[in-house]
Amino acid sequence: MAAQKYELILLKNMSQPGYTGSLADYEQTGGYQALRKILGKVPPAEVTATVMKSGLRGRGGAGFPTGVKWGFLPKDYQGTRYLCCNADESEPGTFKDRQLMERDPHQLLEGIVLAGYAIGAESTYIYIRGEMVLGSRILEQALAEARKAGYVGKNILGTGVHVDIWVHRGAGAYICGEETALLESLEGKRGLPRVKPPFPATHGLYDKPTVVNNVETLANLPHIINRGPEWFASIGSPPKSTGTRIFCVSGHVKRPGNYEVPMGVTFRELIYDQAGGMRGEKPLKAFIPGGASAPFLTPEHLDVKLDFESVAAAGSMLGSGGVTIMEEGTSMVWAALRLMEFFYHESCGKCSPCREGSSWLVQTMRRIVAKQGRAQDLETLSDLCKNIAGRTVCAFGDAEVAPIMSTLKHWRQEYVALIHEAEAANLIKSIPVGARH
Amino acid sequence: MNLAEKYKDEIADILSRYPVRRSALIPLLYLAQQENGFITEGAMIEIAGMLKLTPPQVYETATFYTMLNLKKVGKFHIQICKSLMCALVGSDTVIGWMKTKLGIGPGETTADGLFTLTAVECLAACGTGPMMQINDDYYERLTEEKVDRILADLRTTGTSSMKSGPFMWPDRAGARV
Ligand SMILES: Cc1cc2nc3c(=O)[nH]c(=O)nc-3n(C[C@H](O)[C@H](O)[C@H](O)COP(=O)(O)O)c2cc1C
Ligand code: SF4
Ligand code: FES
Repeated sequence: MAAQKYELILLKNMSQPGYTGSLADYEQTGGYQALRKILGKVPPAEVTATVMKSGLRGRGGAGFPTGVKWGFLPKDYQGTRYLCCNADESEPGTFKDRQLMERDPHQLLEGIVLAGYAIGAESTYIYIRGEMVLGSRILEQALAEARKAGYVGKNILGTGVHVDIWVHRGAGAYICGEETALLESLEGKRGLPRVKPPFPATHGLYDKPTVVNNVETLANLPHIINRGPEWFASIGSPPKSTGTRIFCVSGHVKRPGNYEVPMGVTFRELIYDQAGGMRGEKPLKAFIPGGASAPFLTPEHLDVKLDFESVAAAGSMLGSGGVTIMEEGTSMVWAALRLMEFFYHESCGKCSPCREGSSWLVQTMRRIVAKQGRAQDLETLSDLCKNIAGRTVCAFGDAEVAPIMSTLKHWRQEYVALIHEAEAANLIKSIPVGARH
Repeated sequence: MNLAEKYKDEIADILSRYPVRRSALIPLLYLAQQENGFITEGAMIEIAGMLKLTPPQVYETATFYTMLNLKKVGKFHIQICKSLMCALVGSDTVIGWMKTKLGIGPGETTADGLFTLTAVECLAACGTGPMMQINDDYYERLTEEKVDRILADLRTTGTSSMKSGPFMWPDRAGARV
């Protein structure tokens, strides 16, 4: 294997031959040293300050600064606080959290204990997507090891600090990745997002102050503690996009998979260098930069940098880190319909623009793809999208219109061509059979 | 069936994890599902009693989640991912093979009650598509031969060595530049 171009941080342990993710393996690579360094020695507020200084931003989708989020918890409040690790990973195109949990579970557990300590949460929950049965078994096993060794639970390493961790399996609903839907689900209810404010920082799980953080976000913490916030802040595109990210590359490339690179490398490098380039002769036609909720981009955007600001400036978002590559010949209308079907299936139904709108959008798109579209359909699509985005209880509304809006913007002629075909066919049908030549 | 007697220890463990009883609902529904392959009305009423909820409250939650089955499914529940990333690498073809091989379409169960076929949305394995989940296990980078072997294995032994272990890595990354 040729030398790795960039230093791996999160995927480093598991890239060592023979690494099994057991407690012994993790300890051998310096695991749980951050916890020894911090617990009972460094005040929690200082841990939060360190995380703030590192510039770490959430890896779950929105990119909110982690230390700042922790700082929103009410300072004078003495009661129970909770931490939830968002391991629901259901955004199409995203498959990094599963790798982090299945291959190096202790890295995540150490991160959770550190975060729990920093925010004063003695009970923490890993909300793992229900389908990941193997992942939840691996986590349970790792937890049993960590409890036995005194790294998790009551009086950790004799420091008097309590942080317990429980694995809670979801049961199949994309929307439970949205943090307030996650909390509802964890409370045993339907996973319907809550109207915000109030935010989880003040009214979260069981109405108590709560932090929700993504798996990858939390897995970064031991490294930030061990190597210092300055080190972390020097990686990537400082000052706003620090550290590495695991990009999940899927679609028409030679080597789909997870690639951990410093934020700020270009899409060109990720696609052609890391992922080996296009799988065949056909050139790149389109790519999605950050999961199904991120607007499509074109080959013109290949030199855009993979950091929060640059991708936003290009009209899309870094989102969940799912990068999907499509070659020439892929129908963009078909691709947008596939994603629209996903959103239609997953709309929780709480608010009408999303519930009704997703149904209309999917019906209109199906009609166009089936070559039964009508000239006014394009306007209908735009109108629907405009009336959903920004008018819903949760950010799902903005997400679901992204594929259609962006493909309409960049590949409108493909929609038009399908509708023309439909109209031509209708014209033939409307001529009496006897008159047809 | 009486869950409370049969799963006494499991139920105690589940209840001990949460300060508010209702949080145990989904874990208990899973337990009930493990018993029959689906959740019976009787089980829902029993769970409601355990958690001091009304049966409609249990029903309301149970009907929201796709993994909680309120109806009988086949012994092997085959769920093929049909989302875009898998579709780009051939998941529709896999669904086609499955239809021919099993003689059923998505949403149907074979007459012998062995297989239920469902087309589902992304299962977080998009880099190793096309893929499917059968009961608890993932099967990735499917080819027609692989599908044949898996079905034959399941029919004869009830399990298949073709199932995925922990996330494929670094065997595949070994090929990296
Ligand atoms: C519809 C929807 C789905 C989401 N799904 C996920 C998910 O699967 N995993 C995740 O970590 N965050 C997801 N999020 C983002 C969470 O709401 C939340 O912002 C995140 O977990 C916070 O963690 P972070 O600050 O560490 O990124 C989703 C958001 C929305 C609106
Ligand atoms: S936007 Fe959609 S998913 Fe979000 S609350 Fe409304 S209906 Fe539910
Ligand atoms: S699209 Fe099939 S697993 Fe993600």
